[in-house]
Amino acid sequence: MNRVALSVCTSVLQLALVGVGSLVLLGLMAKVKARAEGRVGSPVVQPLRDIRKLLTKERLHARHSSVVLALAPMVITASAAVAVGISPIIGTHPVLGQSADIFVIVYLLLTGSVASALAGLDPATAFGGMGASRAMTIGALAEPALLVAVIALSVQAGTSNLPGIVSSTASHPAWVFGPVHLFALGALLIVVLAETGRIPVDNPATHLELTMVHEAMVLEYAGPELALVTLGEAMRLGLLFSLVANLFLPWGVATGDSLGALAIACAALVAKTTTLALVVALIEVRSAKLRLFRLPELLAGGFVLSVLAVVMGLVIR
Amino acid sequence: MNPHPQTRHVVAHELHDLAASQLALGHRLALVSAHEDHRGLRVVYLFTGGPPDERHEFELHLDRAHPAVPTLADLSFAASRFERALHDDYAIVPVGHPFLRPLVRHQHWPEDWYPMRPGAGPMPPRRVLGDPYPFTEVKGTGVYEIPVGPVHAGLIEPGHFRFSVVGETILKMTARLWFVHRGVERLFVGLDADEGVAIAQRISGDSAVAHSLAYCLAVEDARGIEADEESRRLRAIVLELERLYNHVGDVGALCNDVSYAVANARAMVVRERILRLNEGVTGHRLGRGAVFVGRTSLRVLPTGRELDEVAEAFEDVVDLALGNSVVVDRFVGTATLSRNDALAIGTLGVVARASGVAQDARVAHPFVAGGFTPVVQEGGDVMARFVQRVEEFRASLDIVRRLSGEVRSLSGGSLRRRDPSAAGVGIVEGWRGAVVHRVELDAQGRVARARTLDPSFFNWPALSIALSDTIVPDFPLSNKSFNLSYAGNDL
Repeated sequence: MNRVALSVCTSVLQLALVGVGSLVLLGLMAKVKARAEGRVGSPVVQPLRDIRKLLTKERLHARHSSVVLALAPMVITASAAVAVGISPIIGTHPVLGQSADIFVIVYLLLTGSVASALAGLDPATAFGGMGASRAMTIGALAEPALLVAVIALSVQAGTSNLPGIVSSTASHPAWVFGPVHLFALGALLIVVLAETGRIPVDNPATHLELTMVHEAMVLEYAGPELALVTLGEAMRLGLLFSLVANLFLPWGVATGDSLGALAIACAALVAKTTTLALVVALIEVRSAKLRLFRLPELLAGGFVLSVLAVVMGLVIR
Repeated sequence: MNPHPQTRHVVAHELHDLAASQLALGHRLALVSAHEDHRGLRVVYLFTGGPPDERHEFELHLDRAHPAVPTLADLSFAASRFERALHDDYAIVPVGHPFLRPLVRHQHWPEDWYPMRPGAGPMPPRRVLGDPYPFTEVKGTGVYEIPVGPVHAGLIEPGHFRFSVVGETILKMTARLWFVHRGVERLFVGLDADEGVAIAQRISGDSAVAHSLAYCLAVEDARGIEADEESRRLRAIVLELERLYNHVGDVGALCNDVSYAVANARAMVVRERILRLNEGVTGHRLGRGAVFVGRTSLRVLPTGRELDEVAEAFEDVVDLALGNSVVVDRFVGTATLSRNDALAIGTLGVVARASGVAQDARVAHPFVAGGFTPVVQEGGDVMARFVQRVEEFRASLDIVRRLSGEVRSLSGGSLRRRDPSAAGVGIVEGWRGAVVHRVELDAQGRVARARTLDPSFFNWPALSIALSDTIVPDFPLSNKSFNLSYAGNDL
């Protein structure tokens, strides 16, 4: 099979898998939490059904809102989709894979965050502004940690290109158990909890507006736009989960050019991200939400771990 | 037996000094009730204290054409709020009141509509009239306002909270209530006194027993009868069962507000067990079927085993909550209400005791024999209110166990103690705090006026005080730690 066709195939599969799979992961995490509380919980596919339901509803915009509110859902979803398309999720040769630098991915994620924050500010409600301010504060602390943690891995791999990091880690299995990976993994787990708005940073299930971070920004959305925002946010979660899974356990990711390897890669990705989702859900069950003013301590901890990972990377070289 | 209040007719210029002397004795202004009937327009001030059980009433007759009372706002914060309500409901002017903003009155009330005056008629159609409530505006660089409610997400009663905030720190919070003002007190008027119990049970659903018991005690006081020993024991059992299910509900809800849903789920299981226990004991999950004027009847008593199971499951929830360091971190130091503030505001019940004020109607106005020492905490923060509920739960279980052992019959009646009088007072320590009812009966034994008071009326202002320097995302947790009734406050 020719390389271009395979690249396109990889990217399309990644988008489909992450688009549907990340919603199922959300459903799975909700299910684990429900079971821990002794409830049956809604089916794992409930987020998919919610999206379908929202798509049939009417578009509504807050009075006094501008074009920003209407555009933000598209920016959120499009930026997440591009990042998913070019990242090494099931194969190391997706479309534009050579551009999938860590800086590109972080800034694509940041584009989505800024769009959410602007959407929160646009209708000029108190909750939206409050959520935007909190989300930007958390983002400003979490994103450097994400960047530095991946830079630590790139120091070891000798490239900041994500597919490159994944394939060189796959060929040096000993790295995974080295200090660089362990510190970076710690940092990335904290970043993932913060960036995807899970407990102890944010509670996606709360109805208490005054405690919300992410939900407060998107309170004004309804119908198809809410569906788009939900999908975009779910894809960010899927992307982050997949990146953590592949950067630290690169096995199963298709490095060659056969369709069979892609099929195996899909199965491996499902297994890895499901495990990660279960781990995150268990953290959420065991933990409570931190006081907002304690979050900088947690995120600074993540940053310190990522710096340590860089230092270890330089020392080991 | 609880004493009948001593009533003294006073003239306007005496009132201030008499009130001052009552407060100097450590008594509190428990209730202010205005009446307009064939005897004219008058206001009754009830001061209570104890132990020993003290009840003193001052009755002041007003001029119908120019109704005015001297203000007691300089003596008691609670009095200033009672007077604002008198102004809104009766057009009685508290002369010299420093801050006469509307309390009960909302924007849609017509200017000259005073709902408690006879002939006020039904509620006029809702239209926006008059000026919006004059919230105090906080000025300064970076100060902004967050309006929340009255409609909230989730199953929460309506109330509007106006926050003035810098960054995340709350500078000032004003709570605007009376959105569920149903005119409960007027619903009692004209009813046969025995029938009023059904309304008292519904003043605040979670305090059905406390309110109906306070009402029954008030009617019995007016009729000159007293529940017999058996009846009083049975009543105390149902009252403590109500405290049990509410306290465990709060323990769970506090965990839920810091997103520790597992502890909440377990607490709800315990609460459900107690509700079912309640259903077995009284025939109603919220304990409605047990307490009536002049009699009390239960179906069964809770068995020792049932109580042990509840105790064990409750301790598991508490261990789960306090074993989580994040939960403890969220509770400690959040929304602190100092002892001085708690006293100055006149807080009652759990809130007062968590701030170190040993205020408990079970001690001051006991209706059942047997010593009881209230537990108090020192902290005044969310943790103190959490621990206060935990300790009161344990104490209530002990009371239920002890009284169940002493019960000889599942029904009790009443005895005649003195001549009937026109008015009676009932005081009960509900799970939130002291519930006080004052009832006046007419010659046919019908309710001429019922004044019902939930402790939430006294405690709401304390929430605003405790919130200064708290951060916005801690408000739901702080509010839950007070868990005040909107319906009970708004009536």
